[in-house]
Amino acid sequence: MSGQGGCAARICPGIPCHSNQRIGGVSYQELQIRLADKGYVASDDLAVALHLGLQLGRPVLLEGAAGVGKTDVARTLASVLDTRLIRLQCYEGLDAAQSIYEWNYQRQLLTIRAAAEAGETGKTVEDRIFSRDFLLERPLLAAITQDQPPVLLVDEVDRADDEFEAYLLEVLSDFQISVPELGTIEAKTRPVVVLTSNGTRDLSDALRRRCLYTYVPFPDRVTELAILTSRCPGIDAQLAAQVIGFVQALRQEELEKTPGIAEMLDFAAALMGLGVADLTAAPVLLQATLTTLLKTQEDQARITPEVAARIGGKAA
Amino acid sequence: MSRVTRFAARDPGPSARIIGFVAHLRENGLRLGVAEADLCLAALTQVEAAQIEECRRALRSICTGCHEEFERFDALFDSYWLDAGRVRQTSVPAPQTSLSNDVHSSRDGTGQDSGTDGTASAPGAEDAEASSDGTGKLIATLQQNLSRKDLRDLVRPDDIAAAETVARRIGAALRHRRSRRRIATTGGQGLHFRKTIRRSLSTGGEPLHLLRKKRPDRHRKIVALCDVSGSMSVYAQVFLAFLAGLMRADKEADAYLFHTRLVRITEALRDKDTMRAIGRMSLMADGFGGGSRIGPCLQRFADSYAKRFVDGRSVVLILSDGYDTAPPGHTGQALARLKKRGCKIIWLNPLKGWAGYEPAAGGMAAALPHVDLFRAANTLADLAALEPELTAL
Repeated sequence: MSGQGGCAARICPGIPCHSNQRIGGVSYQELQIRLADKGYVASDDLAVALHLGLQLGRPVLLEGAAGVGKTDVARTLASVLDTRLIRLQCYEGLDAAQSIYEWNYQRQLLTIRAAAEAGETGKTVEDRIFSRDFLLERPLLAAITQDQPPVLLVDEVDRADDEFEAYLLEVLSDFQISVPELGTIEAKTRPVVVLTSNGTRDLSDALRRRCLYTYVPFPDRVTELAILTSRCPGIDAQLAAQVIGFVQALRQEELEKTPGIAEMLDFAAALMGLGVADLTAAPVLLQATLTTLLKTQEDQARITPEVAARIGGKAA
Repeated sequence: MSRVTRFAARDPGPSARIIGFVAHLRENGLRLGVAEADLCLAALTQVEAAQIEECRRALRSICTGCHEEFERFDALFDSYWLDAGRVRQTSVPAPQTSLSNDVHSSRDGTGQDSGTDGTASAPGAEDAEASSDGTGKLIATLQQNLSRKDLRDLVRPDDIAAAETVARRIGAALRHRRSRRRIATTGGQGLHFRKTIRRSLSTGGEPLHLLRKKRPDRHRKIVALCDVSGSMSVYAQVFLAFLAGLMRADKEADAYLFHTRLVRITEALRDKDTMRAIGRMSLMADGFGGGSRIGPCLQRFADSYAKRFVDGRSVVLILSDGYDTAPPGHTGQALARLKKRGCKIIWLNPLKGWAGYEPAAGGMAAALPHVDLFRAANTLADLAALEPELTAL
């Protein structure tokens, strides 16, 4: 099989990898507005990092607590750019066969059988079964072979092993993948790459160096209110302010799992669904809907009705 | 007067200033290469370069790589670009040898030479004061440190070398655990049937390639918390050397100091220049030899860093005598929380070596139910002797 490596057929020769210019020339504020149109309220830090990532063709590494909207950025960015989102969820033990490519063995075997019956043998069959048609594209390969540059989301990269980080570095720096039987596959277009990390493990300096970095904190009151009103347009202004006040105050409490933005939205949706108009007026319903915010038994035990009332009172 | 730094007239222009800025960041411990300066210039053409805040955000996204750097960046940015109208004489500082993090020092580290000429590195600049030396550069000298306890008087390089050997052995004893599961590998003992059959598809069902499997080593992360309060100062020498050695021996280990507050010293101790590492640590350990609040410090640890760094594969090593000025309940609670993350907790107490010692101190008594191993340790030899017990843990 190694004899095949020598032929090094270039799949897409001479196609330039230019940096992404589809929203070229616009400022980061423009990007921020477009993201907001699609329902994502980005902070200035984040918007500048994404803007630079697009303009300079660099991957953007986002770090932050769970539930601050890191994954959602990529999703929204894809819809702003009107392109595909290709997602690679990392986990321990992720390997090249699942992240880059694998040969479609079944199809190869069937083709060999069919070819044998037709009396076809040797080099022609071999060339055919080791062609692109028989290659199963996994996310990293798929991302560099699209006609329109997609958004490649490498989610929770800190969960993957060091070996995978090495593959990823190679792909991110050269935007090409070498398949021994086929040669080097070069990128048709450069994907917009977004990496997210929860910080469960320190990433290598080499990976950090190649990326633009931004830390996504929990949003402040004004930003979070904007997020809530853009996601739940029907919410009453007073209730929205109370919900945000409550969640912001709750984050100051000592909790095992600090509620994120998704939890806040669930909380607001639950209150709206139950027809609560004023948080302070419905302590029983408030306590019942806390299940959307508090996700461990200790946290639920810690936020007793009295504590909830105190936080709710402060928020109002 | 404008807040913005003015540059000397003979200054060659923006690119030189950016290079100067990158050099300034590098001196302050950010790991930046040559390409970053280029990238910074490219980035500034993409934002409104006249807007300070936009520049700050753009440069921050390029020059930082982790949360700590992200937080420190603002101060470094201000000190270079917003130096209250002070004239910066030369944008590009003269190259300084062996001060960068990425340079291996060939010195044996016996001298007190680092950081005394006033323009040297500024270790741990986030909580160090600024001083100006006429060139308009914000630096944190080690001179001011002399008024405090200088850990470099306590720890000598030979100690660290000896401690490194011990730490390496202890680290190895704790670290190498073989997983119960097996994974595919080259040259393992057993056959990996699933992968072999999957692979046999490519050869028409004939298992030509036999794939093997073995039990992989699962590395245990060592997280060391060292008490440097007054009552522990006698033992600090041994323990700090041990920590420094541990950081050198094990790249996944994590280290913290605590007295009345908790400080993460992992990054500082990773410095390749031994004496500078200790120097950085002493800047961070402001309050060394003072009171101790073990409970609150452990709680803070359980609340913040532990969520990121401690999991079922961690071993938390606490080096403390257990004398706590805070109420004892905190220690127990904090350890219980830590324990729930699935880690092992080892408490090494120097006092336990004394004849007739009873863990009577409230904090210590409260901690004991949560501790997997409670042992004496006050010299390096004691630490070395722990090896078999740690292996058995």
